[in-house]
Amino acid sequence: MTTASGATVPGSVIELSGIDRDFQLGEQVVHALAGVDLRIASGEYVSVMGPSGSGKSTLLNVVALMDRPSRGRYVLRDTDVTALDDDELARARREHIGFVFQSFHLVARMTAFQNVELPLTLAGIAPAERRARVTRALEELGIADRARHRPDQLSGGQRQRVAIARAGIMRPEILLADEPTGNLDSASGAQVIDIMERLNREQGVTLIVVTHDAAVGERARRRIRMHDGRIVADISS
Amino acid sequence: MRTIDLIRFALGAIVSHRMRSALTVLGIAVGIGAVVLLTSIGEGVRQFVFAEFNQFGTHIVAIIPGKANTFGMAGATVNTTRPLTLDDAAALARVPDAIAVVPTIQGNASVEFGKRQRRVVLFGVSHDMPAVWNMAVRSGRFLPREDFRGARAFAVLGSRLRDELFGDQNALGARIRIGGETYRVLGVMESKGQMLGFDLDDTVFIPAVKALAMFDLEGLMEIDLVYRATTDANSFRDRVKAAMIARHGHEDFTINTQDEMLDVLDTVLNVLTLGVGALGGISLLVGAVGILTIMTIAVTERTAEIGLLRAIGARRAHVLGAFLVEASVLGFAGGLLGSTLAVALVEFIGVVLPQMPVRTAWEYVGGALALALAIGVATGIVPALRAAQLQPLEALRAE
Repeated sequence: MTTASGATVPGSVIELSGIDRDFQLGEQVVHALAGVDLRIASGEYVSVMGPSGSGKSTLLNVVALMDRPSRGRYVLRDTDVTALDDDELARARREHIGFVFQSFHLVARMTAFQNVELPLTLAGIAPAERRARVTRALEELGIADRARHRPDQLSGGQRQRVAIARAGIMRPEILLADEPTGNLDSASGAQVIDIMERLNREQGVTLIVVTHDAAVGERARRRIRMHDGRIVADISS
Repeated sequence: MRTIDLIRFALGAIVSHRMRSALTVLGIAVGIGAVVLLTSIGEGVRQFVFAEFNQFGTHIVAIIPGKANTFGMAGATVNTTRPLTLDDAAALARVPDAIAVVPTIQGNASVEFGKRQRRVVLFGVSHDMPAVWNMAVRSGRFLPREDFRGARAFAVLGSRLRDELFGDQNALGARIRIGGETYRVLGVMESKGQMLGFDLDDTVFIPAVKALAMFDLEGLMEIDLVYRATTDANSFRDRVKAAMIARHGHEDFTINTQDEMLDVLDTVLNVLTLGVGALGGISLLVGAVGILTIMTIAVTERTAEIGLLRAIGARRAHVLGAFLVEASVLGFAGGLLGSTLAVALVEFIGVVLPQMPVRTAWEYVGGALALALAIGVATGIVPALRAAQLQPLEALRAE
């Protein structure tokens, strides 16, 4: 078991220290995250588990730069991202982080190809390069023949593979998945997990998976358990 | 993000809602079409009225009795206005650069030939009238050049009057009676048609001095002067003014140059065109509300999409730009459709019914297109700002 301590470990890509996240619910203040210290090294495979309301999704959103912590320090690859402004955060999300959602979040009017292409388009990359990279990504995930299909013409597993292709298209160092198998049958879920593990193994992507599913969570080399906004267990095998 | 990709993204969103986008575009198209059509009618009327006025030559100065710009109460002040006389007209003919002068009286009179009789408009004029008013003599000749004060009893008939009075008979040299006096017919005018509903052919022309006596008038109604084309209008006007003040002692007359009259007319007609354009603007307002509504709905519907875009690295400016472009495209497409239809209709009317005073007002078409684009931007800005202000996480949760 390793717990976070003071010194910076070389190669750590995510470094959270003293992270709080409070939400105002009416009169009551809910501490979704309370004093979270966490350090994740480059290339790790981490699962985050815990009951509903334990703060695991909030943790993932903070790491994804989608949510700002109320207190604490978050250093992403030597940059203190708690100080970044909105546009800088958007840029950091684009360049460092891929996010896979439980409900896929594909743009319904766009084809699989266009969905995967979207981050490249936002980054202002030229069409020829976009085409080459998207084609390669779709081939790697075995959905090249679905490139011209819209999300509603794809199965759940295929949709999540499109979403993974989109999350990985900018070659981010960090791939975050929030209940990626939550809306899938077990066979498709296994495929999706397999693809993400391959990205971790073969490309050295730091993979963090938030899940309810013990079978999915147990596959990670490092397993974090959360309860009431705190990390209660952090087990590496 | 490249601009072309931003535009493509916005177009994709528009095309994905074909029916809704088409109706929104139609709303703007109707408004722009109405503006273009109504201003084209206004422009047509303007050009028509100008053509009507310009048929009476140019380089004309008109002197009328009385000072138009003086303020005062009638009756409370002594009327010191002296009538315009034939002597004034004769003096004005000697102003340098004056090449023609027409003392003018207008009234209604009954013209008799044999047993036939017709009430027509009578003009008391001079030899120079055809040149000054751009009219031509069809047969015979016009009133002879002679002293205004001693002109003889000759008459020239409008073509309609000649036809009505004489039919197949020869009018030239015939004796007719006007207001109890006998006149000899010297000529017949070329048909001039109507001006603003006034038949210019149902007329008779006699020397001004005879008309003065016939209507028992003290003075002329107007003196028209034509000046050399090479002369500056203002300096000629000043010379006329000086000559008149020398004769009358003070400025108890008004000088209108044709440029001034056309200026006033132009102002009136432009206001008219602007007014009907504003009427069309009301329907444009309805179209604008349409875009605002659709864009507001679009932002609400696509909140999750906005959240996703922000999550994968879109900046606020990208979101703002995408929705602004979407609204502008809707507006501009409506403008293009509306003005195309309106111009097509106007040109079609121009071919099929050439007598209709409808002319494409191109500067208004250009303005309407710019306006449509501006409406798109203006109505898009509030929804687009709202979209850009959304927090990525909260937006993502909206389903």
